[in-house]
Amino acid sequence: MDGQTLKTLVAIFLAAILTENYVLNKFLGICPFLGVSKKLDTAFGMSCAVTVVMVIATAVTWPLYTYLLVPQGLGYLQTIVFILVIAALVQLLETVLRKYMPPLYSALGIYLPLITTNCAVLGVTMLVLEKGAADPSFGYLQSLVNSFGSGIGFLVAMILFAGVRERLEDCDIPETFQGLPITLVAASLVAVSFLGFNGLVDRLM
Amino acid sequence: MEFITPILIVGIIGLLAGIILAVASIVMAVPKDEKAEALEEILPGANCGACGYSGCSGYAAAMSQGEAQPGLCSPGGPAVAKKCAEVLGAGDVEMETKAALVRCMGSYDNTTDKLVYDGIEGCSAAILLAGGSSSCLFGCMGLGDCVKACDYGAVEVCNGVAKIDPALCKACGKCVAACPKGLISLAPVKKQAVVRCHNCDKGKAVMDVCKVGCISCTKCVKTCPQGAIAMENGCAAVDPQKCTGCGLCVESCPRHVITMLEA
Repeated sequence: MDGQTLKTLVAIFLAAILTENYVLNKFLGICPFLGVSKKLDTAFGMSCAVTVVMVIATAVTWPLYTYLLVPQGLGYLQTIVFILVIAALVQLLETVLRKYMPPLYSALGIYLPLITTNCAVLGVTMLVLEKGAADPSFGYLQSLVNSFGSGIGFLVAMILFAGVRERLEDCDIPETFQGLPITLVAASLVAVSFLGFNGLVDRLM
Repeated sequence: MEFITPILIVGIIGLLAGIILAVASIVMAVPKDEKAEALEEILPGANCGACGYSGCSGYAAAMSQGEAQPGLCSPGGPAVAKKCAEVLGAGDVEMETKAALVRCMGSYDNTTDKLVYDGIEGCSAAILLAGGSSSCLFGCMGLGDCVKACDYGAVEVCNGVAKIDPALCKACGKCVAACPKGLISLAPVKKQAVVRCHNCDKGKAVMDVCKVGCISCTKCVKTCPQGAIAMENGCAAVDPQKCTGCGLCVESCPRHVITMLEA
């Protein structure tokens, strides 16, 4: 691997975390972002599960799309096929974990099946293909790195926001804003702060 | 005929995924906890949460791993506790049947309404307005949050105060959690004296709002030969473990707020 490729991979990885953050920039996966970010440790568990599933899902759906659907001219089937494949993968992953890694299985617990229909996972698998169509040098490896970065980006967003929410617990919030309203306001502020990373990755390239 | 290919492809992918999952679930089957399954069979399946676990299966799993004792299931009662103990190989488990009890006698004969409440139906809403409609700040408002909470139809509101039928009560504790005044608690079903008041105030303050409320005169404490009665937060309370049901305190109480429960 030459230096240029490595540099691109790092740029892709950082871009996926900071400028193209799935939660804070593309607004995908908001449901777990709001639902599971109440506590730091559950937020961490959920994010780890999302990262693992994102990478595995991309690893399977990318060749499936490129070598099966596209040659047959069936690119329009990607949504339905991807959902099918991701759901099966998550189930398989759950079975494997339960058998061979019970501690991890109990740690990820209910989060794994929750991810089955997570839009962030489906979004990652579909958007890397879009990028590949726009830029031929964006291949399998780049897609995997992008998915991994997206997962880590999800983790960063979740952990940051879990911290914010734990601070919110101690705040004296007006009654009308308690619960979801103040959470959404806080989420939008975190998202705005991530706008500050715009342009960072273009310089890296 | 070009629609055949997409159908085939999606069908085959689905079939493959299904076969792989089926094979995986057989090859990588995790031996299930037979004890927990047997225990879950025994439990009533009400998933009421009285045991403190998420549901009957959670309690069964905790019991099979030795984290929980049999006998926490109040809807099941002693029969279920005994069966669970047999499965676990533990000895006999003593379990007293309990029933929920409203510790207030503030019916309209004894208390009045200090305001006409015309807001959202229910105690938890009414309590937000000046502590509720009843003249006694601590007493039952009779708006029936406990009635709604009960799955077994054991609670009813008579003359402005909630009443629980011990024959129907399964001691699941839902009404205990529902009462915003904390008036309901679980008491063992046996012949015993109970103080049916929760008012923490003293003397005149109680007399002003209720004809029967405990005025903390401590007569019952002095009368009880077993030393089973103590003052807690300005209100008498009987220790059911020590109470023999002699009835001396019932006679001694000038406010007639101690009553005898029958077994």
